[in-house]
Amino acid sequence: MAETVQQPTPVTTGDTLLSLDDVTLKFGGVTALNGVSFHIDRGEILGLIGPNGAGKTTAFNVVTGIYRPTSGGVTFDGEQITGLKRYRIAKRGIARTFQNIRLFRAMTALENVMVGADARHTTGPISALLGLPRHRREEAAGRELALELLDFVGVGGRADELAGNLSYGDQRRLEIARAMATQPKLLCLDEPAAGFNPSEKQALMELIRKIRDRGLTVLLIEHDMRLVMGVVDRVVVLEFGTKIADASPTEVQNDPAVIAAYLGVAEDEVVTDE
Amino acid sequence: MSQTTSAPPRRSRRDLLGGLRRRLSGMPRWAQFLLMVAIALLCYVLPLLEPPIISTPGTDFGGVLFTVSVYVLVAVGLNIVVGYAGLLDLGYVGFYAIGAYTVGVLTAQHATWPWLLSLPVALVVTMVSGVLLGWPTLRVRGDYLAIVTLGFGEIVRLTLINSEWLGAARGIRPIPSPPSLPLFEVPHLDWSTGVPLVDFSDTTTFIEFGVTDPIPFYWLALTLIILVLLADKRIKDSRVGRAWEATREDEDAAELMGVPTFRFKLLAFAIGAFVGGIAGSLFATRQTFINPESFTLLISILFLSAVVVGGQGNRWGAVIGAVVVAYLPERFRGFEQWRVLVFGLALMLLAIYRPQGLLPPRRTVRAQRMEAETEALEVGEEPEDAVIAAGGPTPDDAAPTDEGSSRG
Amino acid sequence: MAFQYVLDQFVSLFVGGLVFGSVYALIALGYTMVYGVLQLINFAHSEVFMFGTFATVWALWLVGADATTAGVALVASLAVAMLIAMITSGGVALLLERVAYRPLLNRGAPRLIALISAIGASFVLSELMGLRGALASALGVDDVLGRYVARSRENLGLPTDRTFTVQFEVLGYGVTNKDIIIVLAALLMMIAADQFIRRTRLGRGIRAVAQDPESASLMGVNSTRVIQLTFLIGGLLAGAAATLYMLQVGLTRYNAGFLLGVKAFTAAVLGGIGNLRGALVGGLVLGVAESLGSGLFGSEWRHVVAFVLLVVILLFRPTGLLGESLGKARA
Ligand SMILES: Nc1ncnc2c1ncn2[C@@H]1O[C@H](COP(=O)(O)OP(=O)(O)OP(=O)(O)O)[C@@H](O)[C@H]1O
Ligand SMILES: [Mg+2]
Repeated sequence: MAETVQQPTPVTTGDTLLSLDDVTLKFGGVTALNGVSFHIDRGEILGLIGPNGAGKTTAFNVVTGIYRPTSGGVTFDGEQITGLKRYRIAKRGIARTFQNIRLFRAMTALENVMVGADARHTTGPISALLGLPRHRREEAAGRELALELLDFVGVGGRADELAGNLSYGDQRRLEIARAMATQPKLLCLDEPAAGFNPSEKQALMELIRKIRDRGLTVLLIEHDMRLVMGVVDRVVVLEFGTKIADASPTEVQNDPAVIAAYLGVAEDEVVTDE
Repeated sequence: MSQTTSAPPRRSRRDLLGGLRRRLSGMPRWAQFLLMVAIALLCYVLPLLEPPIISTPGTDFGGVLFTVSVYVLVAVGLNIVVGYAGLLDLGYVGFYAIGAYTVGVLTAQHATWPWLLSLPVALVVTMVSGVLLGWPTLRVRGDYLAIVTLGFGEIVRLTLINSEWLGAARGIRPIPSPPSLPLFEVPHLDWSTGVPLVDFSDTTTFIEFGVTDPIPFYWLALTLIILVLLADKRIKDSRVGRAWEATREDEDAAELMGVPTFRFKLLAFAIGAFVGGIAGSLFATRQTFINPESFTLLISILFLSAVVVGGQGNRWGAVIGAVVVAYLPERFRGFEQWRVLVFGLALMLLAIYRPQGLLPPRRTVRAQRMEAETEALEVGEEPEDAVIAAGGPTPDDAAPTDEGSSRG
Repeated sequence: MAFQYVLDQFVSLFVGGLVFGSVYALIALGYTMVYGVLQLINFAHSEVFMFGTFATVWALWLVGADATTAGVALVASLAVAMLIAMITSGGVALLLERVAYRPLLNRGAPRLIALISAIGASFVLSELMGLRGALASALGVDDVLGRYVARSRENLGLPTDRTFTVQFEVLGYGVTNKDIIIVLAALLMMIAADQFIRRTRLGRGIRAVAQDPESASLMGVNSTRVIQLTFLIGGLLAGAAATLYMLQVGLTRYNAGFLLGVKAFTAAVLGGIGNLRGALVGGLVLGVAESLGSGLFGSEWRHVVAFVLLVVILLFRPTGLLGESLGKARA
């Protein structure tokens, strides 16, 4: 079935950026991930799909260092990152958004994004105190990048508003801008279109393509299979913590195991034609 | 740009301080700067003017101003820890004590260093103690941090009481003054006839630190306050300040955006301790003696109250809070026995009617205004109590699907 | 050598620690329950306790107990005193909830502000007690109230006889009837509270709100009632603790609550805040450790031992000895 995959899409360079190797994660009795292995190539958009509770978010949490896998490892850009501190992983070049929006609500939109940009900055309190030129340069560059990213995701006009006061959609887009500001190599988006109406979803998928065009690799979790199919290069399907498919969108759509997984959970999740 | 001043009159009438601030931020930069300089100058000459009403009958006005300024320093320092970084520190008095005692030990108890030399050592010691306390404790959860720091403050005080080496309950004396540089005499104003008259018989020497005249100490404290405020502004407006706020808002998210939260929390602790140490050293030199009585948990709580009363997270709020907490009780010494009771009542009333503090950070003000606007837009003339009685979630708790704006 | 002293006096120190520890535990329950439900450090809980100590003394005055009262009469008067102390403290706790917390909770005030209100209430309550003489004379009722408001800023002693008889010996240490009463009464109270919360409908409400306030209210739990109940139970226990404390220590004062409160909160955190059984364990551990520590280093280091213990335990077990059972697990 899934083994039939061979050089899935033309976009792929064959240069692996991230790989999960036989990752297992147990929470007490629950096995959230069960020997999961997959990889992303540089420049790829990989969709990670699966029914509720399949372990998609947990996979993100392992990649970004929130959980340490019970066994197995994660390699990023040629180096083991399992067990690294979370902020170190971020600095290595992995950024993410959250399924439940987690912005710094009492800070402005601009400040939120600047926090992300600060991940690439090195000056500390002393240089801030003395107003050293390098510090000023970094501040200016960070602000410029942040403003540019706010425009890029379409929240440009709201820079000075508190993140907590933005509309739901703007908050989702702001999270993407904040993550991009850390200048990652890999951007992990956890259901970025959740709660969007169809036209908003379309716009978001357009945005994801543009993100890839900026040279980023994107790992995308999304429930709406139809939506994913339109934008991703390759799809990994999880069910009950196990990988059941890893192939091109069309192949996955016709994979009986995947259809069964979705049918078994909820009717409305199934990929059907309009 | 002065458009901003046209806030709804209902609000500005009720909210004097906020209205004032809106007007201030509408002014051009140079005017703001001049105003600041004027205010600073006024602060410097305040003890000489001894203006009626403000001046404290029965207690030396200069001494009161010095006390107030020490509280201001402490509040600004504690605001970094509590307001910016969101770390509830109930044992801040410990750092204040360590600053004072380091000076005491080096200048009087076990050596005879001059004050000026002991100061940097005291600051290093307090900063290191901040790191030492923070290193193990900043890993525990927020609420526990409160109680651990409270324990720290008590450990410091009890150690002072029980340790002969630190003078035990007697404390340490005599602590020397900073070096004097007497240049000229400055006269005070005399209001006893109802009109201000320059009184050449009552003068302060510029600048002589003596036991009798606290005004030079006040000037020193004021100068340090200005320096600390400037430093505070620079650090707060940098990535350090953003990292603090992000950590306070959502520690996990901050960490995932590349903020080493532990390090920044430790930094907040160290900087806060440093400022507390400055205040303690000043206090010690002005008093000329120190004993554990001056470093009780109650003082810690007064410090924290200053920050919260003023509006945590805003340096000017901290300043105002400290003035309120330190000055009002001195001003109304006549009602001495009722002071604590009134203070307690004031805290409760403030919590109910002004929960964001007297001068909350800009962000809170903005957030409130936005909330009020959305509330007005919604049908919501519903009395607050109805929602409560129903026990249902308030609108804020509901999922943030802001349909109105995303679905048109 | 201090160590030798501790060995010699071990039983005495240990029993003394248990006795104090059970008082801490009773007060700690009040902190832990309110924290479990509201995530609030009820700073004024120590004053709820302090009111109980005064109620104990006044109740004994009222029933005419004095140094000559003995036997059944003494036991009966102490029982009445405890009941009155519990009612008083329970009432103060309810008042506190109504005046200092409820107005805030519904305004979505930041959490720190509720703590500030609690601190304010703590000042107010202790000063009201300390100024009762001045207040009474301002109202012109000081003559009527007489000794109840006299010397309000000084120590107030238990009027009954405080020489206790040894009931039996454990390894050379005479355990007195007072020791037994305190430990037993405290244990009984705690078991009652624990069972109440586990078994009754109201108790389930408390647990539901502690676990997840939002779904609890969606399920129709009246959270205001639950919060009131939590304060009330905490107050009742603090009142009982107050009478036991007066038996053990014999003196109170308008600001006596402060240190006890800090210790009891420490005990709650030690055991794992939000966890009822943790409060018991934390209280006993704290009491015994303090007692042994003061034997080892001298009684002046007693409180230092308590706080150092707290810091050390939190470092190795960041959620206390038994963990936070009422609290939510966090991702
Ligand atoms: N911290 C945790 N403790 C215990 N179990 C957990 C934890 N986090 C996740 N799980 C469990 O792991 C499984 C996978 O959860 P996960 O959140 O990864 O699913 P998901 O695929 O993201 O689902 P959804 O589409 O609903 O977001 C679930 O059964 C969940 O209950
Ligand atoms: Mg998920």
